[in-house]
Amino acid sequence: MRFYEALGLDPKLALDAEDLKKRFYERSREWHPDKFSRRSPEEQKKALDMTAVLNDAFRTLRDPITRAEYFLEERGLGPSKTPPPELLEEVFELNMALEELREGDASARPQLEEAQKRFHEMRGEIDEGLADLFAKHDANTDAATLSEIRAALDRRRYVSNLLRDVGKALE
Amino acid sequence: MSTFQIDFGGDQPASKIVGIDLGTTNSLVAVMDLTGPRILSGIVPSVVSVTETGEIIAGAEARQRLVTNPDSTVYSVKRLMGRGLGDVLDELKLFPFRLEPGSDMVLRLRLGERIVTPPEVSAHILRKLKQDAEAALGEPVTQAVITVPAYFNDAQRQATKDAGRIAGLEVLRLVNEPTAAALAYGLDKRNEGVIAVYDFGGGTFDISILRLHDGIFEVLATNGDTHLGGDDIDNLLIQIALEDIQSEWGTDISTDTTAVQLLRRAVIRAKEDLSFVPVSVVDLEYNGKRYQREINVALFDSLIQPIIERTLAPCRACLKDADLAVDAIDEVVMVGGSTRIPLVRAEVEKLFRRRPHTELNPDEVVALGAAVQAGILGGEVEDTLLLDVTPLSLGIETMGGLVSKLIHRNSTIPASATESFTTAVDGQKNVLIHVVQGERELVKDCRSLARFDLKDIPPQPAGMAKIEIRFLIDANGILNVTAHDLRGGKEQSVEVKPSYGLTDDQVEAMILESFNKAEADFKERQVREARVEADSILAATEKARQNVAYRELADDARASIDRAINELLVVYHSDDHHLIRAKLEQLDEATRPLAENIMNTAVRGVLKGTQL
Repeated sequence: MRFYEALGLDPKLALDAEDLKKRFYERSREWHPDKFSRRSPEEQKKALDMTAVLNDAFRTLRDPITRAEYFLEERGLGPSKTPPPELLEEVFELNMALEELREGDASARPQLEEAQKRFHEMRGEIDEGLADLFAKHDANTDAATLSEIRAALDRRRYVSNLLRDVGKALE
Repeated sequence: MSTFQIDFGGDQPASKIVGIDLGTTNSLVAVMDLTGPRILSGIVPSVVSVTETGEIIAGAEARQRLVTNPDSTVYSVKRLMGRGLGDVLDELKLFPFRLEPGSDMVLRLRLGERIVTPPEVSAHILRKLKQDAEAALGEPVTQAVITVPAYFNDAQRQATKDAGRIAGLEVLRLVNEPTAAALAYGLDKRNEGVIAVYDFGGGTFDISILRLHDGIFEVLATNGDTHLGGDDIDNLLIQIALEDIQSEWGTDISTDTTAVQLLRRAVIRAKEDLSFVPVSVVDLEYNGKRYQREINVALFDSLIQPIIERTLAPCRACLKDADLAVDAIDEVVMVGGSTRIPLVRAEVEKLFRRRPHTELNPDEVVALGAAVQAGILGGEVEDTLLLDVTPLSLGIETMGGLVSKLIHRNSTIPASATESFTTAVDGQKNVLIHVVQGERELVKDCRSLARFDLKDIPPQPAGMAKIEIRFLIDANGILNVTAHDLRGGKEQSVEVKPSYGLTDDQVEAMILESFNKAEADFKERQVREARVEADSILAATEKARQNVAYRELADDARASIDRAINELLVVYHSDDHHLIRAKLEQLDEATRPLAENIMNTAVRGVLKGTQL
């Protein structure tokens, strides 16, 4: 995996944030185009490419969620398009409340605020669960854990979208 | 045939890279010395003027002409850099830019009898800075770091780079102004912690938040407004004065460019005074009439409050993007002339709950920082590294006029993204890709950057072609695009059509033209100088012919002088200075016996004198 290679790392889902930053700074000092301004065009181009990938890698890997999404994508496990079935009923009610608020019915507000709180907690739980799943996968590298992670990410993405919509409506 | 060559003085170590602050109002050039960054010469006003003889001048001399020759003089051209007609409609109401027809793709300004583009105008300012730097350093300057507002988009950056090329400078790097200020400040004062740089200049506002760590200056987030600066304060005061004058004098002077220029000077003087005294006067004398309006700090503050307010929203957004609370900011650094205004300082202090740093000269700190970056590139400054970000998200147009973001704002640059494209119908040969910059979801709300035409795709069924495009934002914040045909396995040709700004060919043509002009100017000067010298030797010879020593000369000596004079007169009106000089020397040679005779006669006279 290119982004892991750029930072000299083995492809693991759990990474130490401080170590990652240190590696990024070290490699930036070595490869930044600023260090190559008096070199040949070929060397300059190489430095530019190396640094671009290094920056892309650091940006992707430092956040656990984008890191896991990248990891899965590289394994051919992109995000699924269907919403998580266990949330369907709740989302149906939520959409009605959103519609009411948009039409000017302020009585839907408390319900939405309640939902916002619940989704926040839900996302927190998903994140905690993901940390455990990362550790589990790094220890066993099994396909079953990986698909669990994928399901958790799909759920999280969906919850985040709901939070965004509710937040916008409440503003 | 004689050839003409510019001699740069033989073998020299790599010449200095200069750092340039190309400002809306003023520009400066600096260089990195052993002891630190140093300003090379005085402030160069960012004003360009065309003289009656068609010569283009820049700087203080040009600023003088703002009042005497407003129609052939331009200022604040930075506001037009990399912009299209639609972007500058507001500017046109407030600034006396005279646009020519056909300004849709690239703005064309009328300057006296000449038509110029904004990058060409900036190039004249850069050329002046280059000359000043060369004079101060005593060596040629060919490479530079130029600063730009952090919030400049791709087209504005490209236009600045073009200006450098037209001025004969290789622009090794564009650096964001607040980042440059942080470099100058950080090297001087602090090397760990989080600093916010509040940069309120003549025409633009930027806010950047950086983390300083062990020599690394990492920009966490940047925000700003490229339409907001001290000029806006001036325009506000001018509007008020114009209305006053209309009612006092009964005349509308708003279309009289000379009057407005004088008024602009008057309000700027009053504005600047108010940073130091409680009451000032806008004082204008024009056509025998006088307008005076007292303005105190309280009134001034209430007038400019809304303008300052507009800088605070980007500050809050920047904190949010950096994912920092206000108390995480260790220091606030002030940059730009407008930060001298006490109310600006007070509002910034209130927002960040920190007394902002004002000890560095806000007019110089950006140029000094540019020199530091030049030092990093030149290798004089080690262990310091700047990691900057792109201020705006980069995306491509997708179905329904929506934007699909590829590189998000505040990503550390260089940054890249790869995207695959395919064909929609059987046998399709071209794919058109529209690249935009901005934060909004609809293409129409973003800034069009360029259109790329992927050409010569081998005919195949729809959806079979697979072309991979790599979008790369380089360390200057400028977009580069490469394409690969994954099935054909070859490098795909990409034709870049920038939505605004000059094409590469146009820039090349301008470089060539300016080079030809420079060469022509140089040649003309050589000829002029040769003629002046010819005049003086002809006059001296004519005078010598009256001397008794001339009559004592041998006939053939006299004949060769006459011949040399005639030959010089023949070539005198040619425009070949080599020829004039050759005949000059010939005359000089021919008159040598005469000169000796004159000397001898003089010496004889002197000797006679002593005998008495």
